Amino acid sequence: MKVIKIDKNKWTKGLDTARESYQLFGPVKIKENHCFAPLKRDQQPDMTVVDTVLSPKSTVFPQTEKLMTATLDTSKPNHHLMERADTDYSPRAVIGIRPFDARAIDLVKLNFDTKDHRDPYWCDAHDATTFVGLAVNTPSQFDFSTSMDSGPFDEKGLDVLLVDMDTGYLAKILTPKGEAFMACAGFNREATAGDLQKMEELKKAAEQAITTQVETDNLREKSLLDLHQAPFWDDVAFSCINCGTCTFVCPTCWCFDIQDETKGNNTTRFRNWDSCMSPLFTLHGSGHNPRGEKTQRVRQRFMHKLKYFLDKYDQGTMCVGCGRCVKSCPVNIDIREVCNVMNAYEPQK
Amino acid sequence: MNNPYMPYPVRIDDIEVATEDRSLKTFTFTFLNPEDEAAFDHKAGQFAMLSIPGKGEIPIGIASSPTEKGFVKFTVFRTGVVTTALHNMAVGDIMGIRGPMGNWYPWETLKGKNLVIIGGGFAFTTLRASIVYMLDPANRDNFGNIDVVYGARSPGMLLYREELFEWEKRDDINMHITVDGCDDPSWAYNVGFVPTIVEQKAPKADEDTFAIVCGPPIMIKFTQPALQSLGYGDNQIIMSLENRMKCGIGMCGRCNIGKELVCKDGPVFTLEDLNKTPREY
Ligand SMILES: Cc1cc2nc3c(=O)[nH]c(=O)nc-3n(C[C@H](O)[C@H](O)[C@H](O)COP(=O)(O)OP(=O)(O)OC[C@H]3O[C@@H](n4cnc5c(N)ncnc54)[C@H](O)[C@@H]3O)c2cc1C
Ligand code: SF4
Ligand code: SF4
Ligand code: FES
Repeated sequence: MKVIKIDKNKWTKGLDTARESYQLFGPVKIKENHCFAPLKRDQQPDMTVVDTVLSPKSTVFPQTEKLMTATLDTSKPNHHLMERADTDYSPRAVIGIRPFDARAIDLVKLNFDTKDHRDPYWCDAHDATTFVGLAVNTPSQFDFSTSMDSGPFDEKGLDVLLVDMDTGYLAKILTPKGEAFMACAGFNREATAGDLQKMEELKKAAEQAITTQVETDNLREKSLLDLHQAPFWDDVAFSCINCGTCTFVCPTCWCFDIQDETKGNNTTRFRNWDSCMSPLFTLHGSGHNPRGEKTQRVRQRFMHKLKYFLDKYDQGTMCVGCGRCVKSCPVNIDIREVCNVMNAYEPQK
Repeated sequence: MNNPYMPYPVRIDDIEVATEDRSLKTFTFTFLNPEDEAAFDHKAGQFAMLSIPGKGEIPIGIASSPTEKGFVKFTVFRTGVVTTALHNMAVGDIMGIRGPMGNWYPWETLKGKNLVIIGGGFAFTTLRASIVYMLDPANRDNFGNIDVVYGARSPGMLLYREELFEWEKRDDINMHITVDGCDDPSWAYNVGFVPTIVEQKAPKADEDTFAIVCGPPIMIKFTQPALQSLGYGDNQIIMSLENRMKCGIGMCGRCNIGKELVCKDGPVFTLEDLNKTPREY
């Protein structure tokens, strides 16, 4: 595996060279908060922010995405015939994505790229993207990624892992896509054995800096129905105001709604992020609602992340421990606590 | 690449008012492209997404049998945005269909078995598809006795009335049509709720008899004990569910019951399967 060394004073120039072949995305400050967005010509990614308020899932799964368009003008020969929206899938690179977020995109792939169907929008965007990750040297107090099969230097889902070495970056090239990006940016100086050792030390230090330990080892063996019927859900849900923040900030929440919007004779079918926290999510036309109660919806979120997903794919939980939902929840509902409670639950027989 | 969100273009060829209160209409569609018709190769019990550009999409059970070629049929209850738009459409209009979607009644398991089909209200659409399929001369020998209990509020609310009365006349299917109430003295069939008629008329279970149940939640709730008292095991009771849906292909996440997705792992489940889920339907 090749590791390349990049001087920080050459970094910007390299990115600018890469911009000629790739559309770049990266963390930038918009109003008060950081989020991932397409970088404008002169804009540089902010490589210091550890957890953007929203995750970078939008780079492959936009909050609002055009799926199809049609004309309703009956004088046109193709009226009412849907056509795939014209979207640009030329090469792009996400710079500075953190390892837990890349791991999340890898998990979400299990949903969108299946043996029965391939979601062409998500998959085309994913295929077009090179993920140039940035290791977390100083984890935030909310980070519990090491408990959730990820970590501050996790490589899963990344094409390149950058490590900030103060004066420069080390770039561990993980895939051919990553190699192509680095070559395009003109980064090619091989790292020394000393660099690699320093990198290992940073990795250890970062992993040790995460002190929150969340227990997941029993989740697989627990009965799904026991957990679903457990008595603690009302307590967990009690203070929830169903605002949906936890699902929007989460890098692994992929649920979406589909809506048509018409202006004049032109109609567009969109998909938008949706949230299992909303009662509308499951409301039938008849008025019946299988998850009409708040507790049922809160339970759905935790059960999906920590049990249903695990049972369905056997690839770990659908939480990567980024801590965003913990940080953003207005009433301090904490998935770390809920996970521990689920993991320890023994039904009264 | 194949886009599972892209509907096949279809034309409405026929619209028939299905019930006396006009709340249900049966739509017959033909595909604009013959290759789409060939690709839309369904089994009785599956559903499809009806797509009206500008309005949206709805999951609807396929009411025509795979043995009926050249068209597909759906019977739709008017309730909200898309169903109302559909009711307002006219013969000749162009719209779309995605599918077929979901699983089907377990025809492989049901081969050589006796079947009792139980339907209530307008949840008779895929049951009609199933009956037409089984009665097809090429298939009838694959099944034992076929009993049908079908009920609606009143005679005018029964779907597919002409066919029901045709089937009444046949000797290879036992029809038990019922209505909740009726003041027409010429009504020659049953009066009473579906679960009661099931108890009175449905065959007792043996290991070669299966029941398929579709209907409003209240009917399903009271039909279950009726079937159990006739000896049906949970693995012999087959049901079709209707959770809210959007994508229909297992991706948008809303139709789940625990880890099962109704659009992909269902909509057909045995009661035994459902007992293993959190039953959020
Ligand atoms: C597998 C399956 C088979 C069905 N078969 C039939 C049938 O044969 N005939 C029939 O009349 N109805 C059937 N339904 C119910 C039908 O899908 C809803 O009545 C319809 O979606 C309501 O749409 P609307 O836009 O008019 O209502 P609105 O209340 O305006 O709904 C808005 C949107 O919510 C979704 N939605 C609302 N209710 C339901 C629901 N119960 N199920 C799924 N999605 C829903 C749809 O995407 C709909 O467009 C079936 C549902 C499922 C899941
Ligand atoms: S962020 Fe907190 S309050 Fe809002 S829906 Fe999620 S758990 Fe409930
Ligand atoms: S559930 Fe919370 S901590 Fe876990 S990945 Fe989602 S936002 Fe991050
Ligand atoms: S309808 Fe989208 S997952 Fe079932």
